[in-house]
Amino acid sequence: MGMTLAERILAAAAGKEEVAAGDFVVADIDLAMLHDIFAAHVFDMLGEVGVDQIFDPDKTVVVIDHLVPAPTAEAAALHQRIREHVSRLGIKAFYDAGQGICHQLLPEQGHVRPGMLIVGTDSHTTTYGALGAGGTGIGTSDMVYALATGRLWFRVPETIRFELSGDLQQGVSWKDVILYLAGRFGADAAQYRAMEFGGPAVKKADMSSRLTLSNMAVEMGAKFGLFAADEITDTYLRDRGGVGSESFAPDPDATYEAVHEISLSGLPPQVAMPHEVDRVGSIEEVEGISIDQAFIGSCTNGRIEDLQAAAVVLRGKHIASGVRLLVVPASRAVLKEAMDSGVLASLVDAGASVLPPGCGPCFGGHGGLLGPGERCIGTHNRNFIGRMGSADAEIYLGSPETVAASALAGRIADPRHMEVSND
Amino acid sequence: MTDEALVGRVWRFEHDISTDVLSPGQYAVDPVEVRKLHVLESVNPSFASDVMPGDIVVAGRNFGCGSSRETAAENLQALGVACVVAESFARIFMRNSVALGLPVVVCPGVHDGFSDGDRIEVDLAKGRIVNVDSGAELRGDPLPTEMRDILSAGGILAVLENQDGR
Ligand code: SF4
Repeated sequence: MGMTLAERILAAAAGKEEVAAGDFVVADIDLAMLHDIFAAHVFDMLGEVGVDQIFDPDKTVVVIDHLVPAPTAEAAALHQRIREHVSRLGIKAFYDAGQGICHQLLPEQGHVRPGMLIVGTDSHTTTYGALGAGGTGIGTSDMVYALATGRLWFRVPETIRFELSGDLQQGVSWKDVILYLAGRFGADAAQYRAMEFGGPAVKKADMSSRLTLSNMAVEMGAKFGLFAADEITDTYLRDRGGVGSESFAPDPDATYEAVHEISLSGLPPQVAMPHEVDRVGSIEEVEGISIDQAFIGSCTNGRIEDLQAAAVVLRGKHIASGVRLLVVPASRAVLKEAMDSGVLASLVDAGASVLPPGCGPCFGGHGGLLGPGERCIGTHNRNFIGRMGSADAEIYLGSPETVAASALAGRIADPRHMEVSND
Repeated sequence: MTDEALVGRVWRFEHDISTDVLSPGQYAVDPVEVRKLHVLESVNPSFASDVMPGDIVVAGRNFGCGSSRETAAENLQALGVACVVAESFARIFMRNSVALGLPVVVCPGVHDGFSDGDRIEVDLAKGRIVNVDSGAELRGDPLPTEMRDILSAGGILAVLENQDGR
């Protein structure tokens, strides 16, 4: 019987010819990712159960990205502990503060390849599905087990396939697509399941857009958010100095729990409203709501393509008075490219504050939080109560184009109505 | 422990109980003795002080949604909660509970089938859920053997320690 992408990945990792949805497997881990919120705790726990070596230091990546630069003495001390553990355990793939967000660095630095099984102590580990890798979030105890043994149990998930066709209008991006799907199907639509994205529209989606979709698959409850590997994947891997990839696709006779065919033609910009990611409306429903802060960044939309899209809207103009625009490049490579290409100058000239590469204010730790009654529109992935500071603040989520247009207007605005200058 | 039915008193909660509610961010780095005092306080302020060991949490859809923080499950366990039965769970919360040795059962209809203080019987292997007071019976998902093995060992780290005699 044919297998879905999720089944192919788990069969290979479990050393089996074939697995089917519902099976339990013990699978070999190809890559384990830890970031600064949980890394020191996991390494301490390893010590407590008497494990002083990890299964494979070369298959382990550690990133300091959340508390960057350290906002408190406690955070700085946490980072010190992580550095000690990393050198003791012989982990070479260590990205210290300032290099970027874990979910940006792993693909960008060539750690992710199609068909891999990747676990991370972070729910957005689904991001790696953009390259055809089974990335999924786990907790700290599971991570201790995975690091000690190199293995972990998995239930093979059912797969829901999204067949996407049509062309996006000018001013509409793939962020709008995933917000639309979250709104239409709901935050638990893919609970315990894998999402597979395919269809003619997906063949044209660049890697940055695919990363956005896979990143937010978890906002619909998904275990994996997968794309087949194709020429775009191959080019992405080669551009990063890696070997290209052979194609990696689901079998044509794979079994799906559901297949949804969706045309993207005519889709207007979408915005998630407070305080749920699946409370989504089209731009007309929220246009005109005043904002205090606009945020462009995060592992969802902090890539060079996102900064470019914002720069196209902002170039030669200035953000509304009373609005703060924060731009947080997802990695140092993104920052560098934005500098070299003039994108950064356009953003700064338009009034943006540029923060160092990392998570920035996305999870509410530091770096641009909201006061009571304040309203923010951002390109990130969660708008839960209190996510960015005060529990009395409101968070809207949209595309880089929508956030940039809103920063200019001082209220939520439709990027399709902005004049853009391309010089 | 996991092959016999659990019987306990019900604390019932709504849909979409998030990890922020189960493990509020401002106590995130405090020791479990402090963290457990704030579990669910924003939705039921008396829960943490009045819950008794052996009590069972019943909830609606998407229980444990939000972040991957394991303290959400750990806090419930520290209060002595014997089991969580919900319409559905967020995936990572479910994984974390099993990893810690806290039984979790998916049972459609459980949210409307119970009120605070009812007595509930949970058969993990069969997935059978009974309201002891009304006699009403619900069909939940039986917990697969693989998960029950981890639960009866006392969690994934106990499995690890047993495995290679470390
Ligand atoms: S950018 Fe936001 S969502 Fe992404 S890893 Fe950082 S805190 Fe999490």
